[in-house]
Amino acid sequence: MSLTARDLGLFAIMFAVLAMVAMFQSPQLAVTILNMSLISAIMALGVNMQWGYAGLFNVGVMGFTAVGGLAVVVIAQPPVPEAWAAGGLGILLGLMLGVATILAAVVVYKRMTPGKTRGLAIFAVLVVGYLVTGYVFGPAKQAVQAVNPASEGYLGGAGLPVILAWPVGAVFAAGVAWVVGKVSLGLRSDYLAIATLGISEIVIAVLKHERWLARGVNNVTGIERPVARPIELQPLPWIQSLAETLGWSVSQTASVVSGLGYAGLFTLVLALLIWLAERALNSPWGRMMRAIRDNEISARAMGKDVTRRHLMIFVLGSAVCGLAGAMMVSMDGQLTPGSYEPLRFTFLIWVMVIVGGSGNNWGAVLGAFVIWFLWVQVEPAGRWFMDVVTSGMADGSALRQHLLDSAAYMRLLTMGVALLLMLRFAPRGLIPER
Amino acid sequence: MEPLNALVSVSNFMLIPALAYGSQLALGALGITLIYSILRFAHFAHGDTMALGTAAVIGGTLFLQARGIGIDPLPTALLAVPFGILIMSAYLLAADRLVYRYYRKVKAKPMIFVMASLGVMFITNGITRLFMGVGETRFEDGARFLFTVREFREWSGLAEGMALRSSQALTIVTALIVMVALFWFLNRTRAGKSMRAYSDNEDLALLSGINPERVVMITWVITAILLVLAGTLYGLDKGFRPFNYFQLLLPMFAAAILGGLGSPLGAIVGAYVVAFAEMGITYAWRRVFTYLMPEGLEPTSMMQLLPVDYKFAVTFAILVIVLLFRPTGIFKGKVL
Repeated sequence: MSLTARDLGLFAIMFAVLAMVAMFQSPQLAVTILNMSLISAIMALGVNMQWGYAGLFNVGVMGFTAVGGLAVVVIAQPPVPEAWAAGGLGILLGLMLGVATILAAVVVYKRMTPGKTRGLAIFAVLVVGYLVTGYVFGPAKQAVQAVNPASEGYLGGAGLPVILAWPVGAVFAAGVAWVVGKVSLGLRSDYLAIATLGISEIVIAVLKHERWLARGVNNVTGIERPVARPIELQPLPWIQSLAETLGWSVSQTASVVSGLGYAGLFTLVLALLIWLAERALNSPWGRMMRAIRDNEISARAMGKDVTRRHLMIFVLGSAVCGLAGAMMVSMDGQLTPGSYEPLRFTFLIWVMVIVGGSGNNWGAVLGAFVIWFLWVQVEPAGRWFMDVVTSGMADGSALRQHLLDSAAYMRLLTMGVALLLMLRFAPRGLIPER
Repeated sequence: MEPLNALVSVSNFMLIPALAYGSQLALGALGITLIYSILRFAHFAHGDTMALGTAAVIGGTLFLQARGIGIDPLPTALLAVPFGILIMSAYLLAADRLVYRYYRKVKAKPMIFVMASLGVMFITNGITRLFMGVGETRFEDGARFLFTVREFREWSGLAEGMALRSSQALTIVTALIVMVALFWFLNRTRAGKSMRAYSDNEDLALLSGINPERVVMITWVITAILLVLAGTLYGLDKGFRPFNYFQLLLPMFAAAILGGLGSPLGAIVGAYVVAFAEMGITYAWRRVFTYLMPEGLEPTSMMQLLPVDYKFAVTFAILVIVLLFRPTGIFKGKVL
C-alpha cells in the first residue's frame, strides 16, 4: 500500500527501539509495550477515521472503549443462574420499558404538532414511563445484586468463547455511537465534542454504578482469555526447552510466549482493519468523505447527504474503538471501570493521531507506537532525571522525596509538549496524508 | 403538613449547595464563554488551568499560614487569591505567546486551537500534579459556619435545621460581586467595549483601530481572575482534587452552551440551571415530601430520581434537550 521508504524507515526505527527494550530492559516489558501499542493503534485508527477522514471531533473515545470492554463480560463470563432466577426477567422487562418510554416520547414528538400540548404530552409520557420502569426495574436490580454479592451479584454473561466478544464489542460501541451521533451530528461542530465528552462520562458512571451489569466498582476478574496464560504454559515441555535454549527462566519464557500469542492475534486484527481502511479511503467512498471534510458546502451542493455520511463514519470509527476496548479487556482478563481515565483513554489517543499524522492510517498506527512507548518509558526516565537533578540535595530531604514521587506526572508534561511541538512544527504528523 | 420545615430542609440540602455550586460553575463558564467569543475556540484546558490556579492559591495560603498571617474569620486563601491571579495571568499569557498566537497569525481553523488547548491541558495537568499530587488537599480555615444547624434550630424553633457554611456564603457573595464587576467592565469601560466590539465583528473592530493583541491580553487576564476565583471557591467548598477540576469541564461547557456560547449572561443563567438540575434530580426528596404530604400519605421510597453517580447524565440530558429544541442556547449565542 502507499508506504514510502521513509515511512518504512520510521517503522523500522520503532521496532529497533522495541528490540532494544527487549535486550536491555526485559523481553516481557517489550512484549507488554508491543501489545498495548497494537491496541492503541486500533483505537487511533478509529479516531483517525472520524477526524482524519471526516473531521469529526470525538472526545468520548474512553466511553466507546469501555462499552467494548463490557461486551467481554457479557459474552465470556458464565451466567449466574441464581441471579437470573432472582431478577433476570425483571431487569430485561425494565430495560425494555425504559427503551419503550423513550421511543414513545420520540413518536409523540414526531406525530404531534409543535406547541404546548406536545411538550406536556412528552413530559407525561416520560414521567409515567419513568415510574413504571422504576417499579419493575428497581426491585429486580436489588434482588440480582443481593445474590452472593462477594463474588457475583450480577447477571453474568452468556458463557460464549471470548473471541466472539470482539465483534460484539464493536457492535455495542456502534450502537452507542449511533444514538449520540443521531442527536448531535448535523448541529454545530463543537457540540459533538461536548456530547461525546458527556456520553463517555455517563458510560463510565453506568459501568461503575450498575452492579447487576458488570459488578460495578467491584470489578469482574478472571475472565476467560483467548490465549493460554503463562501459568498454563509453564509445564509444557517445549516451553521448558525453549527457556533452556534462550537461557531465560521458565516463567519469563512462558509470559513472553503468551504475550506474543496476543501480539499475533492483535496484529491479525490490525492488519485486517488497515487493509479495509486503506481500501475504503482510496475508493470513491473515501474520496467523498474527504471532499465532505474539506468543503462541506460544496459537497452538499454536489448532492451528498453530509449528516448521514457523518453519522456513518462516526459509527464506524466508534465501532473500531469498541473493538479495541474489547481486545484490551480480554488481554487483561478483567474489567475495572475505575481505571478508565479520560486523559489516558481519550486524549492520549488524540495525541497519537496528531503526532502520527491525521488522515493517514499508517500514521495513526505509527503514532500509537511512538506515543505509547513514550508513555511507558517517560516515567522511569523521569525518575532517573529527578534523581540526577536532586542528587546534590541531602538524602532525607523532603523536597527531593517529593520530586522523586511526582516523577510519574512527567509523562503528562511530555505528552503535552510532544503534542504542541508536532502541532506547531509538523502539523501533518510523522506520516502525512497523501 | 409543615411547609416551613419542608422549605428549611430543601434549602439546607438542595438550594444552598446548588446556589454555591452554580456560582462556582458560573465563574468557570464565564471564562469559557469569553475565550469563545474573543479567541473563537473551545478552551479544553479550562478545568486544568483552574486546578493550577487553585494550586497556586494553596501554595500562597500555606506560605501565609506558616507566617501566622490570616484574616480570621475569613479563610486565609482569600489573601492568597491575588497571588494566584498574578501567577495564572502570567501562565495564560505565556501560553498564549508560546502556543496560541502563532495559530492566530496563520488564521488556523478553530479545531487546531482546540488541539493546541489539549496540549496545554496535558502540560497544565502535569504541572499541577507535580506540585500537588493526585490526593485531596483541604485548605479551608477561619470560621467554618455562619450559623450551624443547632443555632438555627434554637433561633427558629423548627424541627428541621439549616446550616450556612462560610465557604458557601463566601462563594455566593464573591460570585455576585465578580459578575457585577464584569458586566460593569464590559459595558462601561473602554477596554470592555473594545472586547465586545472585537467579539461582535473582528474586521470592523480592526478598522476602528482596536488592537487585537491587547483585546486578547485583557481576555486572558480576565479569564485568569475568573479561573482562580472559581477554583479557589470550589476548593474551599469541596476540597481540592485535580481530577475533580478536570471533570468540571463538562458542566462548565454545558452551562456555556446552554446559555448560548459567547453570551456572558447566558453562561451565568446556564450555570445555575445546570447546578439546580444536577442537585434537584439527584436529591432524595423523601424528607421534604414527608413534611408536605398529609399524614398517612408519607412517601416510603427515597424519592430520588437518579442516584448521585449520574449527575453527569443530568447535565448531558439538559444539554441534549437544549440542543434539540434551541440549538443556539437560551440567549442567542454565536453560530460558528
